[in-house]
Amino acid sequence: MNLGLSEDERMIADAAADLLGQRSDSAAVRNCIEGEHGSDTALWQQIASELGWCAVGIDEAADGMGMGAMAQALLFEQTGAHLLCAPFFSTVALGANLLTHCGSESSRQAMLPAVADGGLSLSAPLPSTPDWRTAAEQVEARSAGDDWRLDGQVDRVPDAAYVDAWLVFARCDAQGDIGLFRVDAKAAGATVTMHPGWDATRCFGSLRLDDVAAERLDEGLTLQGLSQATAYARLYLAAEALGGAQRCLELTTAYVMERKQFGRAVGSFQAVKHRCAQMMVAVEALRSGVYGVARLSEQGAAIEHLAAECAAVRLQADEAFFFCAQEAIQLHGGVGFTWEYDPHLYFKRAQAARHWLGAPEALAEETADYVLNEVAA
Amino acid sequence: MGAPETALAQNPVDQIRRAIAQWMAEHLTGEFAALRHRGGPGDEGADPALRKRWEREMAAGGWTCVGWPEAYGGRGLSIDAQVAFHEEYARAGGPGRMGHIGEGLIGPTLIRYGSDAQKARFLPGIVEGRTFWAQGYSEPNAGSDLANVQTRCWQCDDGSWRLSGQKIWTSLAHESDWIFVLARSEPGSKGRHGLSFLLLPLDQPGVTIRPIRQISGEAEFNEVFFDEAVAEADGLVGEPGKGWEVAMGLLEIERGVSTLGQQMHFAHELGLVVEVARRNGADRDPAFRARLARAWGGLRVMRYNALRMLSGGDDLKLGREALIYKYHWSNWHRDLGKLAMDALGPEADTPSEDPAVRRLQQVFFFSRADTIYAGSNEIQLNLIAERGLGLPREPRG
Repeated sequence: MNLGLSEDERMIADAAADLLGQRSDSAAVRNCIEGEHGSDTALWQQIASELGWCAVGIDEAADGMGMGAMAQALLFEQTGAHLLCAPFFSTVALGANLLTHCGSESSRQAMLPAVADGGLSLSAPLPSTPDWRTAAEQVEARSAGDDWRLDGQVDRVPDAAYVDAWLVFARCDAQGDIGLFRVDAKAAGATVTMHPGWDATRCFGSLRLDDVAAERLDEGLTLQGLSQATAYARLYLAAEALGGAQRCLELTTAYVMERKQFGRAVGSFQAVKHRCAQMMVAVEALRSGVYGVARLSEQGAAIEHLAAECAAVRLQADEAFFFCAQEAIQLHGGVGFTWEYDPHLYFKRAQAARHWLGAPEALAEETADYVLNEVAA
Repeated sequence: MGAPETALAQNPVDQIRRAIAQWMAEHLTGEFAALRHRGGPGDEGADPALRKRWEREMAAGGWTCVGWPEAYGGRGLSIDAQVAFHEEYARAGGPGRMGHIGEGLIGPTLIRYGSDAQKARFLPGIVEGRTFWAQGYSEPNAGSDLANVQTRCWQCDDGSWRLSGQKIWTSLAHESDWIFVLARSEPGSKGRHGLSFLLLPLDQPGVTIRPIRQISGEAEFNEVFFDEAVAEADGLVGEPGKGWEVAMGLLEIERGVSTLGQQMHFAHELGLVVEVARRNGADRDPAFRARLARAWGGLRVMRYNALRMLSGGDDLKLGREALIYKYHWSNWHRDLGKLAMDALGPEADTPSEDPAVRRLQQVFFFSRADTIYAGSNEIQLNLIAERGLGLPREPRG
């Protein structure tokens, strides 16, 4: 298994780093999270419509570029590093991902090309439970001929107010069956409320649905499909965390070299150096984890194994990112505690992200279950 | 616990993989069966005589020094094929290699820095599993500060060398035939300057070997005292006074090829932890399960880390993953030892006759050394901060 990057992969990662370094720098992010609209519409237009980022992981048959999970992870690493305020994760890691693994052939053919060319932005719930289907608890679907109508409440939808359509899980009639539905943001009877969060770089909203027209996307949700979608979403969350952790390390290294006390850079004190080195250990170990699991997924690993690896790497990501964010604050000293310096943006993201699609305890339990069943007695 | 990776049949790497797996299945049997999973770090005292016979068995099968050029008796295997060899060897429970210092350290050093006469004299004994080597670098006052070597050497009129001083942490010196030593040949020189790299036999009047009893009660390491010990004129490798370059060249040679084999041992140990936890019910304890999940994740990361290193192509510069590698695995292994003891509960407190439990007890104790030898945690963090992050260097002698 080769963990080196191909030329195309390296090019995509470098181009993303360059663009976001300019367009999603600290000033741009702050402009967005302190302004009226929590999403950078112009930047989103550029990356989705002009640069084709949403097409990277979509199959060529659906007008995508058909690149693998590695290229996708490299992009999320950059959007995580630069705290991109745009519905890229929502559209690709939630919407397109769910559609790809849980949607019917016809719904994929109908929607994925539009996602790929940047004309359709999506979101879906990002619950704090390990099982995506819990998002269906408060939503009921009724079939009305060929159409469906939805009623209820959907919580924890990132970028809810900034996308064209939502993918919503709902309970179908009385059979207890759960389906995946598309609801258009402009549909009559749908209202969105955005909720302010400490992590303002990923804004969550809730949907109120009153007899809203919906289109069913699946032909019966399978555990296999859900498991795959969950695995990839966790891998991409880990990739975002990798970028965030790396950025914390960069900010910190630069600061400890610039800040002088006792007549020398504080970064020359071993107490400080060692903490920076431990951040690097966490970052590079996470990089190995993310890149390794991305390549593993491209080789068609069995889903049980891939799911366990993705749970484990998401768990690792949580610990590495939070550790780096907290160290960034500590090693910045007093200014690390100010609104003006950036470490708090990552600190808040790291804390918010730790329960997305499963808190650490749940991820550890899932992993342990696999390990204890897999290791021969 | 290997990853279910698909592989193309019939490529040279797979041929080696199948060949060694089959050879191990046929030969790690009979009297050698007792050596399965034995003799690794922390267990080096396991039946040295039998393990030396095993080295000769390996040699007869052509499985020693597989990465060496064919001209020197090796197989000239590619990096990928060597990785496959190490993985399958460890997967089959291949015993810790008595010959690893010869094969992995002094052999490659002689291939790179030795004279033709030295190559002709020393390499065949290593390839054939007949000559066993010890490493003489560390001294009581040259640990992390390795360049602070005080052992002296001087050349006599007949060209031979004399050596006086003390080495320490010499693993398996009492089971070895020869030792390579870093000693100060220029009186008054300091640090890395004025050192020479010498080869000498251990069985001679000027050499005294004293075992060091470890916290596990076992004694794999020794102190080696030299009192005008003799090295022949031909025992000098490289130029006099340039021994540091030879010693450091060794580190460049090691490209992490054997690390995937090391991970197979770790996977085996993790499997033993699972086994004891199933036996005593610890596998139902949520706190244990959470730690087990992290241990498994850490082992997977270690594997990807090694694969990243090996994907680095011909770039000899240490990548970021190579910089963190030692710190990561050694601390992981130490945690595994603690997890094993916690899973065992009170059973951990008594020296056990059960091979699985005994092995885990060894891991618990010996892994405390993992974060000390070959660059302690503190030295590793200095290296990471300085080479990886460009932070200011510590003062050095």
